[in-house]
Amino acid sequence: MTLLLVLAGGVIGAPLRYLTDLLIQSRHDSLFPWGTFTVNIAGSLVLGAVLGAASTGALPAAAVAFIGTGICGALTTFSTFGFETVRLLEEGSVGTAALNAVGSLAAGLVAGSAGWFLVTALA
Amino acid sequence: MPTDSGPVGAGSSGAAMPVDPDVASRMSPVRHASSIIRERWDILAVIAVGGALGSAARYGAGVLLPHAPSEIAWSTFTVNVVGGFLLGLLMVFVNDVWPPRRYVRPFLGVGVLGGFTTFSTYMLDTRALLAAGRLPVALLYLFATLLVGLVAVWLGILVGRAAAAASRSGRARREGTS
Repeated sequence: MTLLLVLAGGVIGAPLRYLTDLLIQSRHDSLFPWGTFTVNIAGSLVLGAVLGAASTGALPAAAVAFIGTGICGALTTFSTFGFETVRLLEEGSVGTAALNAVGSLAAGLVAGSAGWFLVTALA
Repeated sequence: MPTDSGPVGAGSSGAAMPVDPDVASRMSPVRHASSIIRERWDILAVIAVGGALGSAARYGAGVLLPHAPSEIAWSTFTVNVVGGFLLGLLMVFVNDVWPPRRYVRPFLGVGVLGGFTTFSTYMLDTRALLAAGRLPVALLYLFATLLVGLVAVWLGILVGRAAAAASRSGRARREGTS
């Protein structure tokens, strides 16, 4: 049952990442990978809220599997984040690569913690 | 850079390799989600299937390698490092070795490996370690994943380039002697 919910979440999260990436990457001219950055930070915010809600008992384990492990897990990506950072480094855009790496970790941690905090504060 | 085919896309290795592995190069500007869905519904479907399989594999890794919130999430670390290596390898094969195929990169790269690896769980694993009062372990997990993950991607690219060079020289040798 849990596996089916994760599969269903993956069906939604992965194409949503592709759509978001296409829309964002076609709208800016900078080297910074805004598409991946956006899905990763948004997904961290939602996962923080989901896990926070689950910690208070407001959200059942099935919803965590579907929205958290499935949708948020597939919406966000480490492989593309890593690949883009390495390619920027290879091309000599060290500053942009460092900004992407440090910025993604900092913003992701803040977003995930904010999602958790907001939901548990409301509960 | 209107798409990923900008200056960074032209790889210094002689092979054009984009920075963004998910967005096809030389695409026309996309303005609306509805037009993408209409024109690329088949690509989205392939990504959805790949994403489901990758997510299921990630879930399986979590079942095999469980961890308490106050411990390092070795399952997340492993899927991210392994997935990063495989994406580096895949991108070289897609760009330099295999003939162009409409569904290979969407299925394996965007779908399976994108669904397999995760950034949000990596962040919330770190938050859990911080909330458990384990600051040094949280920092170790955070930066070890980043560092080992980036090295894994780079190794995947290097191994892919070595394999591409070997296949090119093998083909040249065969053609030279026939």
